[in-house]
Amino acid sequence: MALKKKDHLELYRQMVLIRRVEQRAAQLYQEGKIGGFLHLYIGQEAVSTGIVSVRKPQDRLITAYRDHGLALNVGISAKEVVAELMGKETGVSKGRGGSMHMADVEKNYWGGHAIVGAHIPVAAGMALGDQYMENDGVTICLMGDGATNIGFFHEGVNLSAVWDLPVLWVVENNQYGMGTAVGRASAVEQIRQKAEGYNIPNARLEDGMHIMKVREGVEPALEHVRSGKGPYFLEIMTYRFEGHSMGDPQRYREKGEVEKWEKTDPIGIYNNYLTSEKIATKADLDKVEQAVEDEVAEAVEFAENSPDPAFDTLYDYVYAEGE
Amino acid sequence: MAQINMRQAISDALWEEMERDEKVFILGEEVGVWGGTYAVTKGFYEHFGEKRVRDTPIAEAAIVGAAIGAAMVGLRPVAELMTINFAFVAMDHIVNEAPKMHTMFGGQMTVPMVIRTAGGGGRQLGATHSQTPDSVFAHFPGLKVVSPGTPADAKGLLKTAIRSEDPVMFIEHAAMYQVKGEVPEGEHLVPIGESKVQREGSDVTIVSYSRGLQLSIQAADQLAKDGIEAEVVDLRTLRPLDLGPVLESFKKTNRMVTVEEGWGTYGIGAEVAARVYDQAFDYIDAPIKRVAQKEVPLPYNQALEQHALPQVADVVAAVKEVV
Repeated sequence: MALKKKDHLELYRQMVLIRRVEQRAAQLYQEGKIGGFLHLYIGQEAVSTGIVSVRKPQDRLITAYRDHGLALNVGISAKEVVAELMGKETGVSKGRGGSMHMADVEKNYWGGHAIVGAHIPVAAGMALGDQYMENDGVTICLMGDGATNIGFFHEGVNLSAVWDLPVLWVVENNQYGMGTAVGRASAVEQIRQKAEGYNIPNARLEDGMHIMKVREGVEPALEHVRSGKGPYFLEIMTYRFEGHSMGDPQRYREKGEVEKWEKTDPIGIYNNYLTSEKIATKADLDKVEQAVEDEVAEAVEFAENSPDPAFDTLYDYVYAEGE
Repeated sequence: MAQINMRQAISDALWEEMERDEKVFILGEEVGVWGGTYAVTKGFYEHFGEKRVRDTPIAEAAIVGAAIGAAMVGLRPVAELMTINFAFVAMDHIVNEAPKMHTMFGGQMTVPMVIRTAGGGGRQLGATHSQTPDSVFAHFPGLKVVSPGTPADAKGLLKTAIRSEDPVMFIEHAAMYQVKGEVPEGEHLVPIGESKVQREGSDVTIVSYSRGLQLSIQAADQLAKDGIEAEVVDLRTLRPLDLGPVLESFKKTNRMVTVEEGWGTYGIGAEVAARVYDQAFDYIDAPIKRVAQKEVPLPYNQALEQHALPQVADVVAAVKEVV
């Protein structure tokens, strides 16, 4: 589907929003206002934004613990995301989930799952649900390269092929599972090769830093699944950032740094693409960035002023129909 | 009322619920073409078809994981684990995924799923295939754990479990499928979380469930010949635990013996005794005794295995110690 200028500006906005929310979250974490773990998506924004931009409303999304990016992409507000990070009642999971457990079922976003690989069989089951009910939705399941070495992956992916389930497996290969390089943990260098063992058509998308290339790669994969041909397996290469400053568009506006930003940062790459293709002007993009700054400031204020969950709600949601 | 055996009662419950609600389906190893390894689903595949009676690979994490995903999106899966001993390879999904989904996302998701499985020893299957680890599963808030001791309760509880909005672990006993009992005809539902007096008496309270209930009733019959009238309370549900009828009985008898087939350490009897000490201390006339399996992995040798398992004589002896 062809994008209009306003569509591009919206995608650019989402990518900048993810970046800004996460940079702010890192600060709040250091200030002790966010607890637990905080897994940042910085550097991988083109992947989630590209995927969500080509999915249809009936397509379900599920991912691992690096889940804030998708949360913002599907339209969960920065307020609800930051409030959840701060454990507030106004958070998207009412302060019960935290960084690793964000979901919005109405937006067809099913979380946010923290045990490596455990959501893979669950995703197969969601796809089974759609197949069973004869819906034309596709379940899009994201995972890191590290998750492809655990048993859950092999059980879930095998089942998807045996039952021809409408699921798109997406591996975000950032080349490290925590601190261990892919080559030291996986017997195959190309993760997509694992799909061969389950007779699932697959591809490796070499450039997951350019949102337009992500879209080009994901769209046909989604259509393959939607057409009833069973699962598809897509490996998307992304790169780990060294520290957070690399991705700061403001900072890299400094002369001499701009070129590097435009070549290595997904936001820089997109910014450069939009201006050089004359889709948008620098002023358009500056305006988007400013609006995001305001939105994030507002979100942090909202979260800081939000109440903690009340003690008398402790047992809420343990059982759906009570004890 | 009709006299039917446990297998038929469970089979009838499944059949009726599948006829009632198209969203109910079965998945597991050999549930379809084979008809179930304990023949509980014999004839189901032929009647309901392969869409609703799904044979799976031998991959328990995939079975339970897929059931969770299907339940999250609106189906009502009944996942069968051939024996409870195989639940350990699906442990993450049973205790760390299914019971967490509702609470962790602030009530957005429900997992209306049943895991049917068979436990228990006494069939010379060796240490890995003969366990009664019920208390392990009953440890986790968010999961409901049911273990019936009569055909009527098996039918009524399974039907309720399938209609429950929460994940339910439904633990049968592999050596009890031939046990007969009266089962009400027509619609028969038994609420989850309600203990029941199965035999009235005034001298001592025996608290048990599942196969332990059989031992307890037989022991009570023997004790009656010696003039001791035992009241037998069947827990039926292990979580949430209903202590009401237990306390009521204990306040009358002031003496208690608990009976379970699993190991006593950190067991069901330990939990019941602790609560009774806490909630009915003034009524205690004798130490609460626990009858349980001896603390060894069960041996293959038939005589040695039976020696390790609790017997009717052990229950009788324990009662005689406290009256």
